[in-house]
Amino acid sequence: MTEQTTASAEDLAAAGADQLPPPRTFAGRFLASMWTANTVTVTVLAVLLALVIGGILIAISDEAVRATFSYFFSRPSDFFTLSWDKVSDAYAQLFKGSIVDPATVQAAVNGTGPWERVFFPISETLTYAAPLALTGLAFAVAFRGGLFNIGVQGQAIMGAVGAAIAGFLLPLPVGIHLVVALVFGAAFGGMYGFVPGFLKARTGAHEVITTIMLNYVALFFLGWLIVQKGIQDPERSDAISKPVDDSAQLTHLLGFLGPSLRVNLGIVVAILVVAAIAWLLRRSTFGFELRAVGLNPEASRTAGIGVGSTYVMVMTVAGALAGLGGATIVLGTAVSLTGAVIGGVGFDGLLVGLLGRAKPWGVFFAALLFGALSAGGNRMQSFSGISLELVGVIQALIVIFVAAPALVKTVFRLRPAKVSGLGTGMSKGW
Amino acid sequence: MTASTVEAAQSVVEPVRYWTRQRKVGVGLAAVGVVAALLFGSLATSRKAEFTLAETISGSAVGIDGTVGAVVFGVLAALAGAAMLVTARRWFGWLLGLGIVSALISFLCWQLSQAPDNLNTIPLGSVARSSVTLALPLILGALAGVLCERSAVINVAIEGQFLMGAFAAAMFTTLAGSVWVGILAAGAGGLIIALLLAVLAIRFLVDQVVLGVVLNVFALGLTGFLYEQLMAKDQSKYNQPTFVPEWDIPGLSKIPLIGPALFKGNIFLYGAIVLVILIHVGLFYTRWGLRTRAVGEHPAAADTLGVKVLALRYRNVLVGGLVAGFGGAYFTLLSTTNFNKNMTSGLGFVALAALIFGRWSPIGSMLAALFFGFCSALAFSLGSINSPIPSQFLNMLPYIATIIAVAGLVGRVRAPAADGTPYIKG
Repeated sequence: MTEQTTASAEDLAAAGADQLPPPRTFAGRFLASMWTANTVTVTVLAVLLALVIGGILIAISDEAVRATFSYFFSRPSDFFTLSWDKVSDAYAQLFKGSIVDPATVQAAVNGTGPWERVFFPISETLTYAAPLALTGLAFAVAFRGGLFNIGVQGQAIMGAVGAAIAGFLLPLPVGIHLVVALVFGAAFGGMYGFVPGFLKARTGAHEVITTIMLNYVALFFLGWLIVQKGIQDPERSDAISKPVDDSAQLTHLLGFLGPSLRVNLGIVVAILVVAAIAWLLRRSTFGFELRAVGLNPEASRTAGIGVGSTYVMVMTVAGALAGLGGATIVLGTAVSLTGAVIGGVGFDGLLVGLLGRAKPWGVFFAALLFGALSAGGNRMQSFSGISLELVGVIQALIVIFVAAPALVKTVFRLRPAKVSGLGTGMSKGW
Repeated sequence: MTASTVEAAQSVVEPVRYWTRQRKVGVGLAAVGVVAALLFGSLATSRKAEFTLAETISGSAVGIDGTVGAVVFGVLAALAGAAMLVTARRWFGWLLGLGIVSALISFLCWQLSQAPDNLNTIPLGSVARSSVTLALPLILGALAGVLCERSAVINVAIEGQFLMGAFAAAMFTTLAGSVWVGILAAGAGGLIIALLLAVLAIRFLVDQVVLGVVLNVFALGLTGFLYEQLMAKDQSKYNQPTFVPEWDIPGLSKIPLIGPALFKGNIFLYGAIVLVILIHVGLFYTRWGLRTRAVGEHPAAADTLGVKVLALRYRNVLVGGLVAGFGGAYFTLLSTTNFNKNMTSGLGFVALAALIFGRWSPIGSMLAALFFGFCSALAFSLGSINSPIPSQFLNMLPYIATIIAVAGLVGRVRAPAADGTPYIKG
């Protein structure tokens, strides 16, 4: 609905604007198409805009920069050079912390530094990206089915609980143990997703309310569980569970280069699951029914699709995905359950799902971007003294701009083109 | 045309089913009553469970033997449930209320009778007072939602508006040394998010649920960032707000139970009461309200009759932002002493739930918020009588109660017909 109306608004705007004749050469056409509002261009420009606004925030929140305000009109150059230094330094750290630091490459090539340092940033990025891809997918799958799953956080918590319990309570051999722990994570998350789906199908209780409430229930449950006998680490007095057995931990992929490279099998799990969900949505009967219900539940019911049972299935699958996301954290990096074991990975999953336009591979790339921002944000915080919260602001801004292609188009005066927006289901409102 | 004919035909042939929602609820309530009588009755001790209307546990109280109370009130709840089977729709609300209150008293008899000596009294006045206080931000947040959603703009960003309001209130109260400046700033803080919401939703047609979720993250990041960069570095300069003054209404504040709850308040309490009344009257008895509802249900029809749809939506969303920002000030000027990152901890979402639970009406939202506040207050007082139930499960109580209420009692709710759909003229 929104997509259609947006398109019609675009057409109106296009009719008014004076159209340039299409360029003849291939290069000309390529350049022209780059400046139309296609999905890639809008996303890139959205990231750019978000970074610019983030830069403004960095500048005005810096005390030295604010000191130059008092004599801005007599010597504005001070303000601009100081701001530029501050912002460019911050973003340079962001890059070095998420992709690669050129200095470490140089050192490694010269033999004066370890290769471990070279791969550290990319390892961190992938470590953060793996659970985000899964929780993003948990949101996206439900979104495609016309459901707004705010409960990703709670489902991921339950997944982490399930995986951890299987990880330190079940004595199983290497290999099988890890698989069983992951399955437990998915099962716990799936059961927790089943509840709101079932309530929606049977009683019509709105999934937004029930999933929000279940997030809190999961959080309190986790808080209770980790101080119970048999769960709490007997050697610790604070609220922390026993560590997961080594046999259930996700193997570190680059462990041979050095112990600080945390990237683990989680990212492989994430890629496999993304591929599986892409197939599921596109090719399977369930995927077809899911999309149909998401687009138009009334029409689907008329066509003989069980809307209620689809909702239950959708939420169960979404919960299982979120649970798997929580499981990769506790089996990969956290090792023990604590009150904040999964951090905000469930809520970030909402943004990742939206940024990925609720498409599996889109979600994966969005997770990589968010993972990179988180990894780089850590370095930015410790090297430039910019609070990590800025990353949250930038992430939110990126999604705002991506969700508002009309805004990006206006700012950059792009030519209209078909943008794949977030058209499914939700534009109907509640 | 065809659709309505089909519907009419269906409604003629469809027989009246025996198992209506009311009867199902009745069975559920009867089961709860039986369980209460058996379980709480067997767990309770024969010591006294005392109830007092005062705010403190000293003073006169009504006492009842724990086991007897738990069994008697459990049976009463079961009877109320059974009566529903007979009466069906009639007196449904009264019977439901009676049943729930009885089940609750049965539960309290058990809890109080096992509490240590001199703690086996529950001060109902204090429970009432903290129920209302805890409900205040939820009422204000839900009212902001009512304003937006009645004119068909979904507002999931209440949480973000709370945070901006709380932050602005803390910062400007400290800078200016006056809570009134802080409250104005809080309104402005909520307004910023509302402005983003309005422009992006109405002008740039962004999906509104998506937008709300993202604006929450934006507000969380922005307030957190500014907190780290400014407040954390110099708390005494930026982050030491004072409390809002308490205004007692002479005479009325002496009434037991409702006196301390409703007439010993502050700007937030009286503001919330006034706003609930104003918005209720405004929405259902004034020209503005009629237009707002028309824009929320059928904007094209309203437009045909000359209502400026977009202008009205802008105005309502912005006023909603002011109200939610004011509600945010509660967190820094009343409930705690200073601003902290993510201090609203998702209560904006609870306000949203109260809005839906209250079926998009000001009074309904208020009652839903009070229900939630009561559950929180009850969990708090059970914690203070050394309840054998772990504190984490007591903390779950308001959330689980909301799920049960929404799933069991409210069921399918109907939003304003155009809610969430942008309006494009022509």
